Amino acid sequence: MLENIRLAFQGIWSHKMRSFLTMLGIIIGIASIISIVSTIKGTSEQIKEQLIGAGNNAVDVLLYDGSAEYDASWGMTTAALPQITEEQKDKILRLDNVENATFFYGRGYSENIYYMDQSMQGGKVYGVDENYLDTCGYVIQAGRGFVRADYENYRKVVLLDEEAAGSLFKDEMPLGKTIEIMGEPFVVVGIYTRAETFQPIINNYEEYYSYYGDAGAGTLLLPSSDWPIIYKYDEAENAIVRASTTEAMTKVGDRAAKILNEAIPEESTQIKYKANNNLKTVEDQQKLSESTNGQLLWIASISLLVGGIGVMNIMLVSVTERTSEIGLKKAIGARKNRILFQFLTEAAVLTSLGGVAGVISGIVMANVISRMADIPIAISIPAIIASVGFSMVIGIVFGLLPSFKAANLNPIDALRRD
Amino acid sequence: MILELKSIYKEYQQGKLVVPVLKHVDFSMEEGEYTAIMGPSGSGKTTLMNIIGCLDKATSGEFYMDGQDVNKCSENEMSDLRLRKLGFVFQSFHLLPKQTALENVEMPLNYAGVPRKARKEIAFRALERVGLAERVDFKPNQLSGGQMQRVAIARAMVNDPKILLADEPTGALDTKSSQQVMDLFQKLNEEGVTILMITHDPEIAQYAGRTVLIRDGELMEKGGSDGEKA
Repeated sequence: MLENIRLAFQGIWSHKMRSFLTMLGIIIGIASIISIVSTIKGTSEQIKEQLIGAGNNAVDVLLYDGSAEYDASWGMTTAALPQITEEQKDKILRLDNVENATFFYGRGYSENIYYMDQSMQGGKVYGVDENYLDTCGYVIQAGRGFVRADYENYRKVVLLDEEAAGSLFKDEMPLGKTIEIMGEPFVVVGIYTRAETFQPIINNYEEYYSYYGDAGAGTLLLPSSDWPIIYKYDEAENAIVRASTTEAMTKVGDRAAKILNEAIPEESTQIKYKANNNLKTVEDQQKLSESTNGQLLWIASISLLVGGIGVMNIMLVSVTERTSEIGLKKAIGARKNRILFQFLTEAAVLTSLGGVAGVISGIVMANVISRMADIPIAISIPAIIASVGFSMVIGIVFGLLPSFKAANLNPIDALRRD
Repeated sequence: MILELKSIYKEYQQGKLVVPVLKHVDFSMEEGEYTAIMGPSGSGKTTLMNIIGCLDKATSGEFYMDGQDVNKCSENEMSDLRLRKLGFVFQSFHLLPKQTALENVEMPLNYAGVPRKARKEIAFRALERVGLAERVDFKPNQLSGGQMQRVAIARAMVNDPKILLADEPTGALDTKSSQQVMDLFQKLNEEGVTILMITHDPEIAQYAGRTVLIRDGELMEKGGSDGEKA
């Protein structure tokens, strides 16, 4: 076997140009596969990172009216929806794989927020509990967060995110200033921000677009106890649950939604809690990108097929050329199988070399694509191993016909040639 | 008896025509014999050589080599016979051009499964035996015709075969090289190697202890009052 491999290298080396041209099809095929796989993997990891956020496995469990997010300011059905009870909250917090959970009221678009003569249009207002900042991965950047006393005493205090601070206060420090929300005065006690300032944690598409698209007017957080003061109703809350692992997100979200839905009266078929399942969104997104690229892979495979046929062609020529060598080897006692294996090895070595060269050029190509099109890449080791293995298989499959032809040569005819 | 052919008949199909090439040939050789087969082209001598060389099978008849019934051999067994019991020398040498003299001589050892290190050793000694110890690393195109043929002889002898089969071994050589090759054959024969040589050159045939003529597929011993059919 080793001898055959040595012979094969010798044969390939002594016909460098021809061997290279033979391998070219394989090289191109493997190179395209490697670069496609690398970009698929890179894109897919990027999507995952962007949507789930590195390290924060928060799942939104929101009220949906049909397929749209429910907003209390639009619907008049609020009364039919029960508030989340302490018992339910407890149940959710005690679920397996739940690290933390927060429950909050929300308005997606608020018009009535002012500071002096500055108004803020379209800001988000949330009435949150004490777990909110931690669960969502926020930290206080300046000032303080909410304390128990804020809730117990119905203090009218507010936390601003940087966008809200930016749109309400042009040149002033916001801390300690009083702003007006729905006609009520609130004192700004703190500014909060994302825990990791450089890598945004994107929890869902809305946030993705609000982060990268129009940054929006910003978000204001109030103690949940203040909510009825400005919005008058005991509204239903939304929840955000943080799972301990990314893999557990789906399960945790679904379970929390189930617990919350138990309290919703049966006649309300339209409005239900639904886990805004980022992991599933990610997986769908990844599947989509992978299936698109899967089709590209098929096209690349065709080039491998063509490459394989090229190998077969050259090997057939090579067998004809080496008739006298084959005849001699058989005459001096080489069994049929030895000749067969010699040629099969040669084909396999040739295409494997092509595979290795293809992998190298594929990685180079992927890097070039990544630079030019700004697509992240991830080199996949299994894909590399599979590619080289696959090219070897191509060599063996397409080498079979020429090898059998060589092995079955009649030594008498073969020797008579010259 | 190292070789024994009884009533060997061989025919070829040429289109619809059946052409008999060997017509019930009887032939045998003792161990250590040096025999030349002479005949014009088309006489069937190459066909006979192919059958004796286990490259071809007779249409009918019996053939024993070293006691083994060749007609009953499978393809692989025929390969093994060629590997272990026969050494071939061809008119056009048939050396592999990309390989050195040593590598050419090593080849049969490789097929016999001799380990690499031992192979080099044995091949080197075989080249030494034919007087080419200094040419082991030369490629065939760096050697003269006579030297190439001696490499081929070393290759044929490297597995210690019972019989050396030579098909016009001097056909492509000048007189001086032919002389050298014949001297080498003489030496090998004296060392006990059985040699069967095909030639059409009477001068070359003289070197053999026994000459057999073949004509139209039939054998006859040459000039022997003692040359009854062996």
